[in-house]
Amino acid sequence: MTVEFDTTSPKFAAYSEPGRLVTGEWLQERLGTPGLVVVESDEDVLLYETGHIPGAVKVDWHTELNDPVVRDYVDGEGFAKLLSRKGISRDDTVVIYGDKNNWWAAYALWVFSLFGHEDVRLLDGGRDKWISEGRPLTTDATTPEPTDYPVVERDDSVLRAYKEDVLAHLGNPLIDVRSPEEYSGERTSAPAYPEEGALRAGHIPTAQSVPWAKAVAEDGGFKSREELDAIYREGAGLKDGDSVVAYCRIGERSSHTWFVLKHLLGFDDVRNYDGSWTEWGSAVRVPIVSGAEPGEVPGR
Amino acid sequence: MSETVLPARLAEIREEFLELDEPDRLQLLLEFSQELPEVPAQYADHPEMCERVAECQSPVYIVIDVDDDDRVAMHATAPAEAPTTRGFASILAQGLTGLTADEVLAVPDDFPQSIGLTRAVSPLRIAGMTGMLMRAKRQVRAKRGA
Repeated sequence: MTVEFDTTSPKFAAYSEPGRLVTGEWLQERLGTPGLVVVESDEDVLLYETGHIPGAVKVDWHTELNDPVVRDYVDGEGFAKLLSRKGISRDDTVVIYGDKNNWWAAYALWVFSLFGHEDVRLLDGGRDKWISEGRPLTTDATTPEPTDYPVVERDDSVLRAYKEDVLAHLGNPLIDVRSPEEYSGERTSAPAYPEEGALRAGHIPTAQSVPWAKAVAEDGGFKSREELDAIYREGAGLKDGDSVVAYCRIGERSSHTWFVLKHLLGFDDVRNYDGSWTEWGSAVRVPIVSGAEPGEVPGR
Repeated sequence: MSETVLPARLAEIREEFLELDEPDRLQLLLEFSQELPEVPAQYADHPEMCERVAECQSPVYIVIDVDDDDRVAMHATAPAEAPTTRGFASILAQGLTGLTADEVLAVPDDFPQSIGLTRAVSPLRIAGMTGMLMRAKRQVRAKRGA
């Protein structure tokens, strides 16, 4: 059973898939609705425990979405177990929110999408906006009724790019969503994330630099359709029909941009390269460009 | 396993974590995060005297005092929205404060990996605590006898 879309926001109405976002007001009115599961996914593994939206369950990307050994996501069986434990059914409406402007929420949404979970939405503005609007939080534990989520194998072919896919993609649009310093190669890790380093610095040849935060409005939600078009179409030169790959350092900030391109601006073929710079910047013999210019596709 | 003798308070903290199962270890870390004391006024008013721990994903600052008797005190500040980082800072502040400079320098560098949180919290996040310990030791070296 799915829950109706949030049609209250004129901002959402202009996006290509308005139903992918919900407002705090809409969500608060519907908490506890059968068929609606609220999921919190944060960078900080304990933030949920300090207070969460009433009834929300936590999904942690490090300890629950990632495979504990291989650098990959859980498999179909692992995902089915996880969602069953969280009380999510295959046809439930899932609304995800989190800290850091929904970085990890967007990441979780993308992983849910790899498994083909159809109705998965973001709370616009995430945790911070919910709090700033004075909406309720609780430390009461959520005890979901376990479900029987089916085992569905992950499909990486449509939404996910591997390193080999990116090599084959060169010549098509790439969006680098890291900070300008990481793009130019002054540093290999984000200012506050030095442990996620790589051996070489710079960017993938021809990638346009569009830091993820450009898509975020002052209130922490997404910018309007018009503003986003100006950034990604006029600014970065994306055109309808383009095949686009977004990347960052480990794939979470680029999930945020992936969400914008795929669901708000309606680009059909957008993939997230989750290996991102921690893979590319340490891989042997892949082309790298340093400096502020995108650079050229190397001759093959 | 290294057989270095841990200072009593750190050993006690490690015991407290290891005797719990993983979900309860997270709860204990949350309790530590709530116990992180305010930094003394002279530092609260002068954040430039504190050192940013770049290994942590959230803005966390630490400052070490070494008094005339070579006794160490560690203070730290981290935002409420970063409870994991606050918890790490609180463990170290409680565990290192009151030790002598030599005792702090002898704390094994892998202490953060030894308290049973690596899987519950993830190795990447634990790296933030290691960064904090390294920086604390560096400050002890710089400030002792200064």
